[in-house]
Amino acid sequence: MIQTENLTKKFGDLTAVDHLTLDIPEGQVFGFLGPNGAGKTTTVRMLTSLIGPNEGTASVNGFKVGEEDQNIRRSVGVLTESPGLYDNLSAERNLEIYASLYEVPDPPGQVEKFLRMLGLWERRHDEAGTFSKGMRQKLAIARALLHEPRTIFLDEPTAGLDPEAARLVRDFIIDIKKEGRTIFMCTHNLNEADRLCDRIAVFKSHLLVLDTPKRLRAQLFGRKVVFHLLQADDSLAKQVQELPFVSEANIIDNKLLVTLDDPEAHNPDIIRLLVGAGADIQFVGELRRSLEDVYLQLIKNA
Amino acid sequence: MEKIKTIIRKEWSEVFKNRFVLFTVAFLPLILTALPLGILYATNSLESGDAVSSDIPAQFMQFCPQELTGGECFQIYMVNQFLILFMMMPMMIPVTIAAYSIVGEKTTRSLEPLLATPITTTELLTGKSLAAVIPAIAATWAGFIVFAVGAALIVNNPLVLKALLDPMWLIAVVIVGPLMALMAVNASIMISSRVTDPRVAEQLSMVVIVPVLALFFGQISGLFIINSTLILLIAVILVLVDILLVYMAVKVFQRENILTRWK
Repeated sequence: MIQTENLTKKFGDLTAVDHLTLDIPEGQVFGFLGPNGAGKTTTVRMLTSLIGPNEGTASVNGFKVGEEDQNIRRSVGVLTESPGLYDNLSAERNLEIYASLYEVPDPPGQVEKFLRMLGLWERRHDEAGTFSKGMRQKLAIARALLHEPRTIFLDEPTAGLDPEAARLVRDFIIDIKKEGRTIFMCTHNLNEADRLCDRIAVFKSHLLVLDTPKRLRAQLFGRKVVFHLLQADDSLAKQVQELPFVSEANIIDNKLLVTLDDPEAHNPDIIRLLVGAGADIQFVGELRRSLEDVYLQLIKNA
Repeated sequence: MEKIKTIIRKEWSEVFKNRFVLFTVAFLPLILTALPLGILYATNSLESGDAVSSDIPAQFMQFCPQELTGGECFQIYMVNQFLILFMMMPMMIPVTIAAYSIVGEKTTRSLEPLLATPITTTELLTGKSLAAVIPAIAATWAGFIVFAVGAALIVNNPLVLKALLDPMWLIAVVIVGPLMALMAVNASIMISSRVTDPRVAEQLSMVVIVPVLALFFGQISGLFIINSTLILLIAVILVLVDILLVYMAVKVFQRENILTRWK
């Protein structure tokens, strides 16, 4: 539903977005990661027709950026970096204004639906300025969804929220994902990206990598399996190391760490070897590298 | 049209929650209505014209009907100065609202979500202009009606009343006033689109009033007397200026620059 080809944006001598090519199918949650100033917000602004590209093409929901901007704005919802609410107006009034601007067919009905969905109905008459950060963020999300957009852009949806509020927002993102909407999410929260996103792009002016979180970990670090043994010695590691599918095997504190590409297929062979060698296996588990490790490695290499 | 109405209602809901803005909208018409009525009341007892007519510019005396005494001419002369202010009032009132309109949205970070909606620049600026112009015109006209009724009750000589409520002033208040308001608001919105600080926007916008103040001081000093021809000429010039300013305001409002160059 979102396609870009060599999308480029320059501000004077600075190239904020450099030949970005993406293809995000409908219904996917896409995580767009990158350091501050990487060009994430500029990309979102181009894809929501707020600013125009210097080079390349992009289309969102089948509408071309720069040619069908009004259609794009009608069909997408945007949660900007800052909620940007009208603080001295009530929550309900804030949403009513946007319902009208988005030409929502039943404004009162939609406003009520989203205020209830996000647990703000009881506070609908209160000024947005009196809301907590989490409530303000929820109100801004409701505003982005009022017109039932097919694609939603979320720029740092949980930034600055306490854990409880962040969880509420994440749960809500999972709910809207279930509705089959395409979600393009810029975030610094790598755990959040790991949990929510089907695919992740790491971006720093240009695309560094694009894949599922699981495959990214495997690509960068390989997959590691930990065998907890009652008693381990180096001879076990040597025997495992000789297996053709094992890249590396080490003993650390009665744990045998094995690096291999396909643990699901080869773990039984390793277990058989260890049992045959008289080892007592207590547990077997995969050592998961965090997405943060992947991200930091990529940014460092960039 | 619906989106323009939404913007107007939004601006009013925001602006009129601010008591200071309400005060600025109401104060000027109140004071500029009370003052000429007070002058009319105070000068009503003047009988002999010699002492006062010497203070009136000679050019003005030519326009004063011969049947009137010097005191009555003085009344007309004094109140005429305030009637010029009635013409200028619609451009002085909305400047605060208009100057804040774009830069205010930017500082509260509400501009980006607003621009992400399918609203066109013309709809947005029309809504913001009308939201500033309508209260100013309504307050001015209300003030003028109060003045007309008050003058009818205070003034003894019907000729004086006729001179005060001359069709020229009706044209000035009903047509020239709104045109001036539109000019001031569009200039303010243009300035508001270019600056980054609401205070700068307001200060710069006030400059728009300066050339119009020349009319006020020009007549006081006797440099010229405002008559029907001058009013019509001003109206024609203002129509042209307004068309140019509306066109420029839309051109100057570049979404990309506003979003990316403002910090």
